Amino acid sequence: MIEFINFYLFPALTIGSIYALGAVGISMIFGILRFAHFAHGDLMTLGTYGILAAAAVMPVNPLLLIPFGMALTIVSALFVDRYFYQPLRSLPTIYTVISSFGIALVFRSVIQLVWGSENQVFSSGVKPPLVLFDTIRVSVLHLQAIVATAVIAVLLHFFLTMTRTGRSMRAVADDPELAEVSGLDTAKVVRWTWIIGAALAAVAGAFAALNTSAHPNLGWNLLLPMFAAAILGGIGKPMGAMAGGFIIGLAEELSSYHWIGDEALISPSYKTAVAFICMIALLIFRPQGLFKGRLL
Amino acid sequence: MELTGLFFYLVSLLILGGIYALLCLALNIQWGMGGLFNAGIAGFYGVGAYSSAILTTAASSKHLGGFSLPVPIGLLGAAVIAGLAGWAVARICVRLKSDYLAMASIGIAEILRLVIVNEDWLTNGSLGLSRIPRPFGDLATGRMSDVVFLGFVWVVVLLVYLASSRLYDSPWGRSLRAIRDNETSAAAAGKNVEKFRIQTFVIGCAVMGIAGGLSAHYFRFLSPTATDPLLVTFLVWVMLMAGGSGNNRGAILGALSIWTLWSVTEIFTNRLPPEWATRSSFIRMLLVGLLLQVVLQKFRAGLLPEKSPPVKFRKEETGSGG
Repeated sequence: MIEFINFYLFPALTIGSIYALGAVGISMIFGILRFAHFAHGDLMTLGTYGILAAAAVMPVNPLLLIPFGMALTIVSALFVDRYFYQPLRSLPTIYTVISSFGIALVFRSVIQLVWGSENQVFSSGVKPPLVLFDTIRVSVLHLQAIVATAVIAVLLHFFLTMTRTGRSMRAVADDPELAEVSGLDTAKVVRWTWIIGAALAAVAGAFAALNTSAHPNLGWNLLLPMFAAAILGGIGKPMGAMAGGFIIGLAEELSSYHWIGDEALISPSYKTAVAFICMIALLIFRPQGLFKGRLL
Repeated sequence: MELTGLFFYLVSLLILGGIYALLCLALNIQWGMGGLFNAGIAGFYGVGAYSSAILTTAASSKHLGGFSLPVPIGLLGAAVIAGLAGWAVARICVRLKSDYLAMASIGIAEILRLVIVNEDWLTNGSLGLSRIPRPFGDLATGRMSDVVFLGFVWVVVLLVYLASSRLYDSPWGRSLRAIRDNETSAAAAGKNVEKFRIQTFVIGCAVMGIAGGLSAHYFRFLSPTATDPLLVTFLVWVMLMAGGSGNNRGAILGALSIWTLWSVTEIFTNRLPPEWATRSSFIRMLLVGLLLQVVLQKFRAGLLPEKSPPVKFRKEETGSGG
């Protein structure tokens, strides 16, 4: 049991937090701008490398440098939206999807040009795990990721329910036409969608890189599970995306636990396939997600 | 010497250009004619490559094989198996809307890649398959066999081009475009939308399988890196958008021009100082990404825009009216 908690549950919750943070952005962009943003994973990688660059200059705990990563992702997202996505806004959204395909390439190649394509680690050496109640051993990083995600979820909830901007974002996600005729500032809503999505992508990227290492394909490898999480939570529902992230993370990690007998239920090399299969099954059987999102 | 070098460079350029032309024609059937957003080209290409390689190689203890079949049978097998994979995928996913179909098809392509990497008994895992034969292997040896292969590839391209042009002009192609442009009215006119879409998806995937098979026979070696989505899926999308989706000639032109651009830049970047030369592939990738943005914004229709053929009526029908 303790083995299950230490080696499966905590890592699963950590990967779930990473998916959750990324999926919020995907879900909001899909809900408000109404297209699947295929460059979101690479935006995440960009944030990671922004933090890495800052860490090279300032040798402090990389978590303190997350604002630098956020700044980089926010500026990049707003720039890309202004110059590449906005001109395609009046066309069928599929053109923006194709464009985001290309932007994913651009982000990745810029990362490789500037930082090279080798794996990079934030800090070397093994950190001793935190021991709780004598039996539960949990890595500090995992705990940080889970707690940070919980805090962000609470803040995001308050932003979306209490502030004017947050409320207009929800209105646009629920019914864009109605929001438009009632005179909401759509441009502002779009801007805030990118700011929040990009900022959370940077946080997710930081935890993903700290969990393993930073490499140019980091975000691309996380993209499909994040889509799965966004769909599971219902498109346009940030809190649903959070929950979806944890569910997909748990499904993925716990599928290789030896539930029956001694063998792993599913070979760990097919772990990522579990998330993809969840996503495909969702798309077919429940595209509106668990929390009654919009069907686009 | 310089001239023969140039000649063989051109030969290899045109062989790979031909393989990309096939992929582009296949994507044109799915996206250009049918409006199906397949973002998993690499998966079906990989299935075709491995099918043809396994069918044609000699027995080996490292992977499934030992069928030693002639190459054309291998390619036929590649088309059939990739088509079957496409059918299975289409049965499940073809009703999905474009964005969702894109996600699902990427997911499926990645699952296929995982299978290729992990199932050693079938594909020899990351070590790959070697000694894959070429068609007409005994007709020419050494570099001349490249020339023979070039002819073979372009005969296949020509056949696929003729077939897809025929499809485009046929009543089948007309119905397909009607569904693409307005699904509801096509359904109201009595077209079985789902059946048409499954057929389109299967035909496209079969052609992608043939392209994969050809690349396996060209390189004579196959490993999971061949199914890299960057070089297979992304590049083909850029080619089709630049060439003109919906136009078969545009698809071939797009494949050739983007592939030439991609390859020729390599010559220049190789002359850069070493610390830059290693990064040249990233510069090329950046340029491809930006090129796609330019195409999408400035010439969305591509080099050769789609031209729907005029609807022809039979003499008797038009004759009476005037």
